[in-house]
Amino acid sequence: MTAIIALSLLGILNLFLGFWLSRKTIQAATLLFLAGSMALTAMDWNHEMLWYGHMFHTTNTSISFSLIIQLAAFMVVSFSKGFGIDEEHTHPAEYYAILLFSVVGAILMVSFDHLIMFFVGLEILSVAMYVLTGSDKRNLRSNEAALKYFLMGSFATGILLFGITLVYGATRSFYLVNIAQAIANTPPESTPVFLSIGVLLILVGFLFKISAAPFHFWTPDVYEGAPTIFTMFMSTVVKAASFAALYQLLSGPFGTMYGTWVYPIYYISMLTLLVGNITAVYQQSAKRMLAYSSISHAGYMLLTVSANQTSTPSTILYYSLSYTLATIVAFGVVMLVAEYQTGRTEKPENFSSFEGLAKQNPGLAFCFTIALLSLAGIPLTAGFWGKFFVFSDIFNRHVYYPVILAILMSAVGVYYYFKGIIAIYFKEGDIERIELPGLVKFAMWACTLGTLLLGIYPSIVKNLF
Amino acid sequence: MYLLFILLFPLLIGSALLIFKPKNAFAISLAASIIELAATAFVLQEASLNPVSFSAPWVAEAGLSFSLYVDGISGVLIGLCALLVPFIVATTANTDRANNAQFQGLMLAMQTALMGAFLAKDAFLFYFFFEASLLPIYFLAAIYGGENKNAITFKFFVYTLFGSLFFLIALVYVYLQTPGEFHSADIEVLYQTAKGLSADQQGYLFAAFFLAFAIKMPVFPFHTWQPDTYTVAPAQGTMLLSGIMLKMGTYGVIRLVLPMFPLGVATWGLMASILSVIGVIYGSIIAIQQKDAKRLLAYSSFAHVGLMSAGILSGSIEGIQGALYQMLSHGINIIGLFFVIEIIERRTKSREIAQLGGITQFSYPLTVTFVILSLGSVALPLTNGFIGEFLLLKSVFDQNLVLGIIAGITIILGAVYTLRLIQKSMFGNVSRITADFADLTFAEKAVLIPLSALVILGGIFPSTVLGFSEPAVQQLIQWFK
Repeated sequence: MTAIIALSLLGILNLFLGFWLSRKTIQAATLLFLAGSMALTAMDWNHEMLWYGHMFHTTNTSISFSLIIQLAAFMVVSFSKGFGIDEEHTHPAEYYAILLFSVVGAILMVSFDHLIMFFVGLEILSVAMYVLTGSDKRNLRSNEAALKYFLMGSFATGILLFGITLVYGATRSFYLVNIAQAIANTPPESTPVFLSIGVLLILVGFLFKISAAPFHFWTPDVYEGAPTIFTMFMSTVVKAASFAALYQLLSGPFGTMYGTWVYPIYYISMLTLLVGNITAVYQQSAKRMLAYSSISHAGYMLLTVSANQTSTPSTILYYSLSYTLATIVAFGVVMLVAEYQTGRTEKPENFSSFEGLAKQNPGLAFCFTIALLSLAGIPLTAGFWGKFFVFSDIFNRHVYYPVILAILMSAVGVYYYFKGIIAIYFKEGDIERIELPGLVKFAMWACTLGTLLLGIYPSIVKNLF
Repeated sequence: MYLLFILLFPLLIGSALLIFKPKNAFAISLAASIIELAATAFVLQEASLNPVSFSAPWVAEAGLSFSLYVDGISGVLIGLCALLVPFIVATTANTDRANNAQFQGLMLAMQTALMGAFLAKDAFLFYFFFEASLLPIYFLAAIYGGENKNAITFKFFVYTLFGSLFFLIALVYVYLQTPGEFHSADIEVLYQTAKGLSADQQGYLFAAFFLAFAIKMPVFPFHTWQPDTYTVAPAQGTMLLSGIMLKMGTYGVIRLVLPMFPLGVATWGLMASILSVIGVIYGSIIAIQQKDAKRLLAYSSFAHVGLMSAGILSGSIEGIQGALYQMLSHGINIIGLFFVIEIIERRTKSREIAQLGGITQFSYPLTVTFVILSLGSVALPLTNGFIGEFLLLKSVFDQNLVLGIIAGITIILGAVYTLRLIQKSMFGNVSRITADFADLTFAEKAVLIPLSALVILGGIFPSTVLGFSEPAVQQLIQWFK
């Protein structure tokens, strides 16, 4: 809890630091702030508490998700340079401050106990993301992406808000506990229709945010257009926070309405898996492929959310963490290689510009390989266990067809992830050695080793709660 | 603890080689594989008295444990793996791969994955290693392979992975039926649980499990990745694939499929046996027509493994014992034969059977060892191949007479393609490219002569191995009798 106050204040402090300090120092300061807020968050472990008139609830689950979000932000900051290509156009202070604010929003989203608090968190996060997406002012693609993201995002927010209103109308409360009680006390036959509609509208709002098909059309363009560093942030922090929030709503207040939302979720997750994986196969650009891969991972995570088992929160946590670690490295390498190739080739983000990377950059190639293997769900990496836990949770519900489809689709996944591996190891190319700053090196190896560690011994995260 | 050592030691040395890239990788790798062999021999010594096991908590909240054990069945397989790897490493001597730390490191990493699959007592641990073994062999084949390697090795990877995913689904299904809050994936708990399933369920599960193993072995019609991959992979990669890795498939059928789904085997076993026997005949016939010697051996391996599969599916003691013995002999024979082809290719730069000839005039030792290894492969009495094939054919005969007779033709067909290979390459007129064929070097002799000796020893003293594995096989049979 103290973490959100600290982060908000530190974000403002960051803005002032911009007057005096250089880019490097601000980056170091931001990392320090994030490390501090992670410590503050961790201190609440095992102290379940309600804050702000019971609107904000810290539990071990919410703390773990907050930690993942801050960890992701930490890694993203380590990879970043402050936005703008040259010194003149750099605004590090604003950039890091907005990042910190968005983390506050994400933390609110995983710890809410009141729908308004949830909405505030979602908006803080979203508005920050709209700004960051368009931060590369002189790049046309970035501008387009920001506008698209903003229009689509606000549309989705509108639908979500409408859903919240209907739920409020039916249950006369914003508190999750009271909503749950109101729903439980109403006999099923006299449940107002607009309650179900409200729940479904909230669900649709979420599906926009997590880019599930058929609400995914903005994702590839936005992910490709935004500066890679924010794509990294978007695909990790926003996803983790949204899934945690979705699970909290579906398992808590709407848990008794299982029948209303579970079938839409099954069908949508199946559609998402199909669309995400099959479209990813045809991508020439590594960045766009990762965008579709993030859609397909949303499909797997949706399946978990619908399983609603006792082990589900830890599965979502594990999956989010493994996905976050791998995605950060994957986007990080795409960013580094594209930077190196800019000016050398026309499309620096295509697979073709990765050819021959392994020759002079074995470390970079290794990290990229592990990340892709983890995304593909190959044993020895965290991604394998993520998928395993998802499948066994959903199997426990005696639901078979979505799982079989999910497994087939993960075989398709191997195909497009291996395109990257084949390009870096087995194709000829002349990429010279890419010098990495110390922080980037640290973040990359930390994520890679984390992926391997979780792949060999998943219990360290899986049995946290 | 010894088990943990023999499991992790190769990986430890292998990753050290990959990271530090020392200059004398060959010496390190050879020494490591010999130490591994000695340690494994010690473990087998212990295991011949009592099964050895090791267990540690792994993913406790999902009921998975890191448990390893060696009984008569897994003992044969880890023995095979530990025995063959030093030879495979030795075949790189004096080539540009000898001191290639990456190559040697990947081979040792592969050994850990294979050992792990054979040692695992927890079914998910087995799956874990079963899949993990794909990575080192994929990189070995795709980095050092021949023409068109990217497409071929990629097909191999996706094909085998695809099969194992069905295995994973079926495994999770059975695992979720196990009693207890956290379930369990211990193999014996799974045997017990699967027994309670209906014949229908067992049928589906049998199909899913068998698909994965059938692709790995491979059994007709899932073999299309195999000849290309064997041909394109570097010789050592092919040796690992055919000598050891395909045994993961046959081992999986013995260890998991038979005891878990007796009703499934009763319904679908004959069908699977028929496919296996089709593979035997089909593989042999295609082998006869091959022009490329390495490809010929790939098809012969496909034919041999089909017979093993049919024997195992008969579910009798002879079938399983024969398959275990044949896995061992086939491993020894096939890596010897692949090495002979590799030697010929090194000197003549060709594997075209038609272009060779008269090599015996230049290298007498090569001819002798080649003939011995081939006779082992053809299953002549007094060679190791005879024992295994005899037991396997007997088990297939007992199960189904017609199938037995058809499978029996393999002995004739095998003799045809093997003798043709010897005749065309070793005897006859000296061709242009064999004109200055150099005799075997010491390192090459050091591999081929011991292997040939093993072929004969295996044919004379089969009871050492068969006696070692029998109690465990007897015990296994109890699960589906």
